[in-house]
Amino acid sequence: MMKENSLKIKNPYLPYPARIEDVKVETEDGKLKTFRLIFEDDLLREKWEHIPGQFAMLSLVGHGEIPIGIASSPTEKGYLLFTVFRTGKVTNALHQLDKGARIGIRGPLGNGFPVKDELKGKNIVIIAGGFAFTTLRATLLYMLENRDQYGKITVIYGARSPGMLLYKEELEKWQKRDDLNLYVTVDREAPGWTGLVGFVPTITEQVSPSPENAAALICGPPIMIKFTMPPLEKAGWKDDQVYLSLENRMKCGIGVCGHCNVGPIYVCKDGPVFKRSELNKLPVEY
Amino acid sequence: MEPLKIDKENLKDILQVISKDYKTFCPQKTDKGFRDWRIINRDTEFDSEFFSYFDEVTLPKSSIKPFFFPQPETLLTFNYDPKAEDAFLPKQCLDKEPDKIDTVLFGVRPCDARSLILNDMPFKDDPYYNIRRKKIFLIGISCTKQSSTCFCLWTGGSPLGTDGLDIILHPLDDETGYVIEFISKRSEELKDTIFPEKFCSKASQSELDEIAARKEKSKSALKSMPNLAEQLKQKELMAVYNAPFWQDVAMSCINCGACTFLCPTCYCFDIQDEVVKKRGRRIRYWDSCMFPLFTQHASGHNPRGDKVKRVRNRFLHKFKYFPDRFGPVSCVGCGRCIKECPVNIDIREVIRNLLAVK
Amino acid sequence: MKAFSERIKEEAKRLLEQKEVEAFIGFSKGSLPMTTRPFVARTPEDTEKLVFNSFCVMNLARYLPEVLKSLEPQRKPQDPLPKGPLPKVGILATGCWSRNIVVQIQENQIDRDRVVIVGIKGAGMIDKRKVFAHVGEKEISAVEEKEDKIIVKGPEYEVKIAKEDVLRDNCQVCVHFDPVIYDILLEAPGAHEREPKIERFKQIEEIEALSINERWAWFTKEIENCIRCYACRNACPLCYCPTCFVDDSRPQWVGKSIDPTDTQIFHILRAFHMAGRCTDCGACESACPMGIKMRLLTKKIEKDCLNFFDTEAGLSIDVMPALSTYKPDDPQDFFITEKLFSKDSK
Repeated sequence: MMKENSLKIKNPYLPYPARIEDVKVETEDGKLKTFRLIFEDDLLREKWEHIPGQFAMLSLVGHGEIPIGIASSPTEKGYLLFTVFRTGKVTNALHQLDKGARIGIRGPLGNGFPVKDELKGKNIVIIAGGFAFTTLRATLLYMLENRDQYGKITVIYGARSPGMLLYKEELEKWQKRDDLNLYVTVDREAPGWTGLVGFVPTITEQVSPSPENAAALICGPPIMIKFTMPPLEKAGWKDDQVYLSLENRMKCGIGVCGHCNVGPIYVCKDGPVFKRSELNKLPVEY
Repeated sequence: MEPLKIDKENLKDILQVISKDYKTFCPQKTDKGFRDWRIINRDTEFDSEFFSYFDEVTLPKSSIKPFFFPQPETLLTFNYDPKAEDAFLPKQCLDKEPDKIDTVLFGVRPCDARSLILNDMPFKDDPYYNIRRKKIFLIGISCTKQSSTCFCLWTGGSPLGTDGLDIILHPLDDETGYVIEFISKRSEELKDTIFPEKFCSKASQSELDEIAARKEKSKSALKSMPNLAEQLKQKELMAVYNAPFWQDVAMSCINCGACTFLCPTCYCFDIQDEVVKKRGRRIRYWDSCMFPLFTQHASGHNPRGDKVKRVRNRFLHKFKYFPDRFGPVSCVGCGRCIKECPVNIDIREVIRNLLAVK
Repeated sequence: MKAFSERIKEEAKRLLEQKEVEAFIGFSKGSLPMTTRPFVARTPEDTEKLVFNSFCVMNLARYLPEVLKSLEPQRKPQDPLPKGPLPKVGILATGCWSRNIVVQIQENQIDRDRVVIVGIKGAGMIDKRKVFAHVGEKEISAVEEKEDKIIVKGPEYEVKIAKEDVLRDNCQVCVHFDPVIYDILLEAPGAHEREPKIERFKQIEEIEALSINERWAWFTKEIENCIRCYACRNACPLCYCPTCFVDDSRPQWVGKSIDPTDTQIFHILRAFHMAGRCTDCGACESACPMGIKMRLLTKKIEKDCLNFFDTEAGLSIDVMPALSTYKPDDPQDFFITEKLFSKDSK
């Protein structure tokens, strides 16, 4: 698969070349863009596989690398989607790139959500805040494509304002489905917004999803997670039913360079997805 | 493979032979007063100062880590000219002859050599490190004395240990020379090139007995030591994490990287891209978990912004996280961190404190 | 020296018992010969661990801002300090460290009212590397300090060395060995005999006398062993920038590996950041694991500052560091390099 590798040695630091096929500005402040990337190698384009919840290192030579969750589901063939927030050196450089630009991809990295084993047959509750929705989009799409393998699917997604919601067109399509309960909320009233209003924890309390044979996949800023847990616990949820996706500073992405460790585990290699019961046994270094 | 014996006078001849075919490094006195790995070339003076290394117990200032995990290490190169066809295409920078030995390290102490066995574990998928493991040949020398900062036995090592070495030299008590023990398979293949017959003889039985007795003594010393890895693996994670002694240990720390950079088994690194005009490279260089910015997110949030968290993390990684994942503790007992720490944080005190946690 | 050490213990204990301070920064015994450990005593009982000797080479002023902060109530970075008196910190200060404290006050890193300074007159520190050089590669098991000499003991040997022969380079040329700021003043043993035996800028003049190529060769060789551990920077009380210039990525001023050019730039730029502020305490050199004499760079800049601006770091709280002041009659000829070299050295 790696044409330059005449030595036939597997090199986890060598990115696969890819090109930007499309750039879409997701939010009204322009800080979030979704990039559709296509591998330059045809075989790789066909054979690529990943598990929802996994991430990849996006490599901009001359600038650096960033770990970004894969926003596309493995069922979306031929391309990968990454929704990137502009914040530092590399993300700024990435946001200035346009169609046709060459980017490197190292991945898939991390463990992903256990969609093929533990989560099968369960009722799924997806709770997302702000731009943490990316890998949950991948997970949701995967489950919708394999709908009969899962029970009831509930999605609670909130953003600061309607303009800050990601994947707006898809949200509208999903609202119309009858095999999915989607609750989209914004923090405050906004002109033209007819949907729910309230913070994600508030809406979670109102929806009060049942913990019966269920699993919750939660992604969001630490403060959102902190306030979302009490309503779930009140409804009877146990810590081993709740899956969280951690973030930490990463460099190698393969559990060697030492930056992302939380106690004995590496977020890049043993995570980023962990059950809350596992996190309770670890130091809070994330 | 039968052990040989070499006289002291012939050591110089051997070094001259080896340095003709291979880049040969040996710990030599620098003008700063300490010994460090330096190449053997035409200017090398084989005087008594050169050879006193083999009889004394001084460790070279640096471990052998820089040979296997250099800084900077170029991982990839790329063309930064936007008009070029291969613009921004990363190309890996691997050695063209990965199986050919090109370097010999002569005079490696058993603790430093053992660090390779430990570093092999996290670096098992790393082609850069693994190619260097194949290209570098290690000739070690066992220790007849112990420095006040040595504690290899605590970590499961030994002054006559052969882990990681291809060949080892054992100094004889009568100081006439050394017994040469061949350890690795490839050392047998190179035996005639490196230790040609005219400079060596068969080791006599009494000489072999002397070395065997020394090994026995070391083995029983090892048996009487607490098994650090086993004892620490049994400690509960949050009990050692929340132990009260960390504040005292971390109090004087100045957050430099002296301990981590001189440690043979510390391997944290950072990756950066460097561009000069139209050419660029992605390099890997040493980073230290003691630096405050090591864990800082782009948002400014820093999970280990407090000094005590960083100090605790380093020791727990070496004595809890690494053994839990790989087996042995990530320390060889060389004592460099004790000698070089500007504020005298002593890892032996930390180990004793850890062992005392209920 | 033992008696003096006890004196310091008494003073620290009194300050803590009387609750004049809530923490006292000093040294405790190290685990190796010729080593001491910076130590913060927080209770009168803790002061039993305090020691003072001629191996106290780290600059305690380095710990002052962080210990002061640790005694403030927990709050977010953007919240202001609460009103009312805050806990004080006691600290030992030799001549050079006291001048660093002055600069820290001038640069608003610490509040004078929160520090109780126990000044030490006439101390001088030994460079343990000079002792190692003296005994060769032999193992040192113990070092006993007497009034004017040290007794070095090892397996099968014992040797006496005169203290003045193994004093640190910066202590040998020191002209400001009395504290300039203090609340309590103690006199170290031998203080009355303190005087520089070697001319202050002698080492610098020797290097200045070399040709430019020889100077470059000297510099590159001196720096070549640097492993970029930043012990020098972190031991310095004046290197308190939250993001050091070497850690900046936007823009990236200096590369981070041990590439010779990057390492040379790091040392040169750091020396310039010390201009007019460095007191030649020697902590950088004592901390460096590779024995690099980087204080020669800052000493040269100290000499230049004295020549051009007639000021020295931290001698008086009213005289700001040379490069943070502007006077209309400042010499302006430093853009023209010929004039630089022709100026008479003091």
